[in-house]
Amino acid sequence: MNPTLQRFAHKLDLKHGCIELTHGGGGRAMAQLIEELFLAAFDNDWLRAQDDCARLPVCGGRLVMATDSHVVSPLFFPGGDIGCLSVHGTINDVAMAGAQPLYLAATFILEEGFPLADLKKIVDSMAEASRLAGVPIVTGDTKVVERGKGDGVFITTTGVGMIPPGVDISASRAKPGDVIVISGALGDHGMAVLSQRENLSFESPIVSDTAALHGLVAAIIQVAPGIHCLRDPTRGGLGSALNEIAQQSGVGMRLREAAIPVHEPVRALCEFLGLDPLYVANEGKLLAICPAELAETVLAALRDHPLGREAAIIGTVVEDRHSFVEMETIFGGRRLVDWLSGEPLPRIC
Amino acid sequence: MKYLDEFRDGRVAQGLAARICHEVEPGRDYALMEFCGGHTHAICRYGIEDLLPGNVRLIHGPGCPVCVLPSGRLQSAIDLIERERVILCSYGDLLRIPGAQGDTLLKAKARGAEVRMVYSISDALDIARAQPDRQVVFFAIGFETTTPPTAVVILQAQREELPNFSVYCNHVLTPPALRAILADHRSASGAGIKSNGALDGCIGPAHVSTIIGSAPYQFVATDHQQPLVIAGFEPLDVLQAILLLIRQINAGEARVENEYTRAVTPEGNRKAQRLVAEVFALRPSFEWRGLGELPDSALAIRPEFAEWDAERRFTMPIIQAADHKACACAEVLRGIKRPQDCKVFGTVCTPDHPLGSCMVSAEGACAAHYHYGRFRQAAT
Repeated sequence: MNPTLQRFAHKLDLKHGCIELTHGGGGRAMAQLIEELFLAAFDNDWLRAQDDCARLPVCGGRLVMATDSHVVSPLFFPGGDIGCLSVHGTINDVAMAGAQPLYLAATFILEEGFPLADLKKIVDSMAEASRLAGVPIVTGDTKVVERGKGDGVFITTTGVGMIPPGVDISASRAKPGDVIVISGALGDHGMAVLSQRENLSFESPIVSDTAALHGLVAAIIQVAPGIHCLRDPTRGGLGSALNEIAQQSGVGMRLREAAIPVHEPVRALCEFLGLDPLYVANEGKLLAICPAELAETVLAALRDHPLGREAAIIGTVVEDRHSFVEMETIFGGRRLVDWLSGEPLPRIC
Repeated sequence: MKYLDEFRDGRVAQGLAARICHEVEPGRDYALMEFCGGHTHAICRYGIEDLLPGNVRLIHGPGCPVCVLPSGRLQSAIDLIERERVILCSYGDLLRIPGAQGDTLLKAKARGAEVRMVYSISDALDIARAQPDRQVVFFAIGFETTTPPTAVVILQAQREELPNFSVYCNHVLTPPALRAILADHRSASGAGIKSNGALDGCIGPAHVSTIIGSAPYQFVATDHQQPLVIAGFEPLDVLQAILLLIRQINAGEARVENEYTRAVTPEGNRKAQRLVAEVFALRPSFEWRGLGELPDSALAIRPEFAEWDAERRFTMPIIQAADHKACACAEVLRGIKRPQDCKVFGTVCTPDHPLGSCMVSAEGACAAHYHYGRFRQAAT
């Protein structure tokens, strides 16, 4: 075709180009970015329609909706990047209601000057995560801010999903006598990101655990639909997640330190930096609270799944009007696992 | 893992606890002070008090560097960054310590001041090298452990003739503080304040002793007739030190004993001591939060290095700032009050809204009790 008749005279330079203000301006440059980068990667019928929204079929039942912003620094870390993290994070938020995630929306806030090659890597990683999870990205938005007004790229994803009939999972349903199960070792994500910070840059074998957990949730619900709570202990870690549930349910928790799995390198780096793995972020772990009679069934279902091999029963729910989360230490003494105060690890997700 | 598991073995802990229970004399009260915040943290974090018999009482000491920094010296730094627009680098704990009228470095940062949290003083040096058009001040704080790195960096700045780097020196010394605490408790017990007055022994510093050695604590045994056991910061070290103290007390002995032989020698780290002596000199007197003015208790940068001394490079007037009236940090730091004895503990003063320094730092007694031990109060 005569080049003067083509919509875009030159292809987007995904090797050496960078984001310019025009990429968010609503004109031809933005249309090209969407077509050659986002649409090419996320390709599906809803996006191809190129409307500002997606029209989705729904059937009766309960819909779950969750949204999550991602500002992680650095953007690329061992085991993942902001792209797959933004897909997993929102899928997991939907899944923790016991729902099957169905669709995602994605918003990009891009900084002027951000290399298109890095953006392509991020978008490809999102596309791969979305494809593997079977949850398409059906609509989105792009904005560009001036150089110095952002930090490369921020991504917000929103997800919807459907709750199967008979499932009632909420952080307000923990009951005295329930058993607390964790799907694997704590702190991998937070320490993987932290080890890459420019003022630390540790050489460590730690990789992020970022993963979509809806398959794991489905496996649990299939054998134990009567489970009470699910939560992915992300920012603030297990300690914060348990305190939130204890507060919402009006109960206390009693943990056994010796039962809580933490990988050796994470423990060592936490020790070195004076951090407690109980408060370090995870992006591929879930916390399940279930009636005692279901505990072994839930544990077995978790361990049968590739993402739950190191699952463990770590404690029980008790009556406690103060909603304290207490832990029997490896010494046999007791300590509180308090709410986190301050922000020891900023921009971890 | 070596150095993680072997000093945290629950079965060994149970064995030590059983020995302690077996060896304490039932009719006797054992009041033991752990000087360092590192020990306080280990005690609370591992629930060590639950393993001890009721007549062994642990009293938290003043060994938390940011806790003993008086608010006036902190306020001087806040005033400096806002007046001179310098970049101030500091360790994270310091950012939330209250200065005058509850102002903090974190609040100054929010107002636009350039406060950078660093993990090491050499990061501050890097910032100065990278930004030659800006003055960079490092807020140096700590006991003898953190002083040698400060000395190294000042010598490095001198070698490079760095014109835009200086150090605000707040390094303090352990033995004078220990001396003040022991004198304080002796007079308190003499005055009949029995409940929290008399001490029967001390758990001596871990990291500080790797630098200064065990010899500088001899006065505890000779002048105060008290046993002192230098112990590592691992929870098993603490339990072992408690057992050793109980044995000395039962035998009527007062010796300086070293439990932390894997790191501490009698003479300490000579090389580090030489570096410190080269760069620093004793201040005639220094104010400590809680302990007041103590003679020969802190270090100043020697005049030969005046160019890298923030107190000489800039005008940093001494500010008198009173601590919050309701705050009992002063008594907590001296071991006269327990954190939970403070009227505002856990109500007005919490880690999210600290009135006093002991509620801020992870090594502070109030923060340790709040984070790890608060549930005990619910039981009483």
